[in-house]
Amino acid sequence: MSVKRNGSWLIRVGLASCGIASGGRKVYNALSTQLGDRGLDVKLKQTGCMGMCYNEPLVEVLSPQQERTFYGKVTPDMVGRIINEHLIGSNPVTEWVIPDEEISGLLGKQKRIVLRNCGIIDPESIDDYLAADGYQAIEKVLRSMSPQEVIAEVTNSGLRGRGGAGFPTGIKWGFARRSPGTQKYIICNADEGDPGAFMDRSVLESDPHSVIEGMLLAGYAIGASEGYIYVRAEYPLAIQRLEIALAEAREAGFIGESILDYNFDFDIKIRQGAGAFVCGEETALIASVEGRRGMPRFRPPFPAHSGLWGKPTTINNVETLANLAWIILHGANAYNTYGTEKSKGTKVFALAGKVAHGGLIEVPMGITLREIVFDIGGGTSTGLEFKAIQIGGPSGGVIPASLSDTPVDYESVTKTGAIMGSGGLIVMDESSCMIDITKFFLNFTQEESCGKCTFCRLGTLRMLEILQRIADGNGREGDIELLEELAWNVKRASLCGLGQTAPNPVLTTIKYFRDEYEEHIYDKKCRAKKCPALITYEIITEKCPGCGLCVKYCPTEAISGEKKKPYVIDQEKCIRCGLCMNTCRLGAISVH
Amino acid sequence: MVIEAAPKEELGFDAIDTIVHKHNVEAGAVIPILQEIQDTYGYVPPVAIQRIAENINVPASEIFGIVTFYGQFRLQPLGKYLIKICHGTACHLCGAEMVAEIVSQVTGAKEGKTSEEGLFTVERVACIGCCCLAPCMMINGEAYGRLTPEAIGKIINEIRKQEAPVTAG
Repeated sequence: MSVKRNGSWLIRVGLASCGIASGGRKVYNALSTQLGDRGLDVKLKQTGCMGMCYNEPLVEVLSPQQERTFYGKVTPDMVGRIINEHLIGSNPVTEWVIPDEEISGLLGKQKRIVLRNCGIIDPESIDDYLAADGYQAIEKVLRSMSPQEVIAEVTNSGLRGRGGAGFPTGIKWGFARRSPGTQKYIICNADEGDPGAFMDRSVLESDPHSVIEGMLLAGYAIGASEGYIYVRAEYPLAIQRLEIALAEAREAGFIGESILDYNFDFDIKIRQGAGAFVCGEETALIASVEGRRGMPRFRPPFPAHSGLWGKPTTINNVETLANLAWIILHGANAYNTYGTEKSKGTKVFALAGKVAHGGLIEVPMGITLREIVFDIGGGTSTGLEFKAIQIGGPSGGVIPASLSDTPVDYESVTKTGAIMGSGGLIVMDESSCMIDITKFFLNFTQEESCGKCTFCRLGTLRMLEILQRIADGNGREGDIELLEELAWNVKRASLCGLGQTAPNPVLTTIKYFRDEYEEHIYDKKCRAKKCPALITYEIITEKCPGCGLCVKYCPTEAISGEKKKPYVIDQEKCIRCGLCMNTCRLGAISVH
Repeated sequence: MVIEAAPKEELGFDAIDTIVHKHNVEAGAVIPILQEIQDTYGYVPPVAIQRIAENINVPASEIFGIVTFYGQFRLQPLGKYLIKICHGTACHLCGAEMVAEIVSQVTGAKEGKTSEEGLFTVERVACIGCCCLAPCMMINGEAYGRLTPEAIGKIINEIRKQEAPVTAG
């Protein structure tokens, strides 16, 4: 829903973390100065994530006739021409405009419910949120719906927890509602720990009020009067914008006592996570909010009966909460028209890796992986062949290109051996080694294992050691079977989701890329040319002009030669880090 | 060799107490207290652990357990610039190890350590969530993306230039 403007030009600059990291603030400042200098009647607005992260910094120009034009990879130098030619001359600078076909490819298959305001409103302005139907859902609920009716509506919508497990949200609420006790809590799980995932960060940075309103709705539904947002400390901008949003919401009477003069009190506090992946697990998260080491405990009792401080507690993920206001305003039936029979609605994904158009996308459940990678993502960024997609982060798995027609819904993804997870989608091309990527995830889960269960603590380490020796060219016959056996044991004998899912990357890569494991073990070959022990770097004599740039970066002084003559690499000293190849501008270094 | 930035062990109990009392109206405030201590001093000084323990009546061993459990807390002082090198999935695929190597070359700080002049501390982090700009890193809270060896050199040199009068004098 766009914020209505009348009569004048509007410029939006994407200033979520991605935009800022690409230099968006400088572009914003240049626009602000130059527009001010010329006294033009143009509204300049900061906004959150527009979703096309690969094109950051992004500037959107909205004409008085509501025509939208997007400029990608904008630098401060480009601002003058955009103002002169587009705003004054009414002729967009076509060579910098992101082509319509690209935009329609990107957006054509998307349905933006969670992301409805992202990249449109100013996340630091409650007025913008209010103008986009903000806080109307909580008003509607307080005015005309009982908590049971709210729960029924959310149950009918088919919304399932977007943190990964996919438990039906309405049913979860029902448990907490029916739990005896007067003090209950809502916790927003914003401890987005999966490497390669940034959905929650983007939503919090771009539309924090929708998450706050979701918490209010959840609080009303289960009968809670207090909420916590547990957000990663690694997301400073998200925390800052949440703080601003909470202060504004409090000021406007949407948080606090007797909200909108109804008999409903609700307050929200922020708790910063302190860098422990396991805290995404709900009992560990609760321990952390209570100020203890974040270690999971046995369930039952479930948090719905005994959660924070022993009180009934509902924990919902950021994306789940950001859906709620839309569902209440548009109705369960509007939501469940999207998706498949058992997976309703939409899902937000962070599309990244070796993909041409990476970014934040929201698609109806049931869309195929192929549509995501090729229609939305534009294929691989390298021109190399698409090999596989990693879904669900360290708890998920790798799905090969041959299964690209798998529909994205909870059941179909689980059938492949991966899990839907929270929304990380990493595209891999031929240059990605399956042993390397599996080692990467195991290294992560092994480090993040809290240490409570032996199978998770030691099993992940043993698997990592085996993977390491396979990568080092020391793999043995029987290693694949040993990995499989360990993996199943760790899955079965771990207490929480971390250990139960940590072997998924191992199992899926063995299932779909067993030949690559065998090549590493028996032929001592890494076809992706990633594993240092199995490759050599060489200088292509004919191409090397002897500029010496690679010498500067080589960490082991393995490259030598005379200026202006081809250099050579001393294989004894070379550690195969690949820096020389990365720095050489002439492609004079080969790897095999 | 790692040179620690000037230790602030002489920091007064008053300052610690002020931070503690800002939070202790709430149960379970240990983590927010430690976070604010670290924000203030750049690390969690051992003397602070003791003082917090006395203040809120939790054994120092338990607080130490919390400090060592969570990746965020440091028991060593930091350089002036904290460089977090992202090792998320996308960054891993796009060359995070290359970034780590170059950063340690140009700053002179190995992973987990501080450079000799006390300017840079280099850390490895799981993911900063700027996956579409991979490979990326964060310096004092600000993210930098699409890194190449040249870009990294430029960013670090820029900081050195800013700091030049101070470090030279």
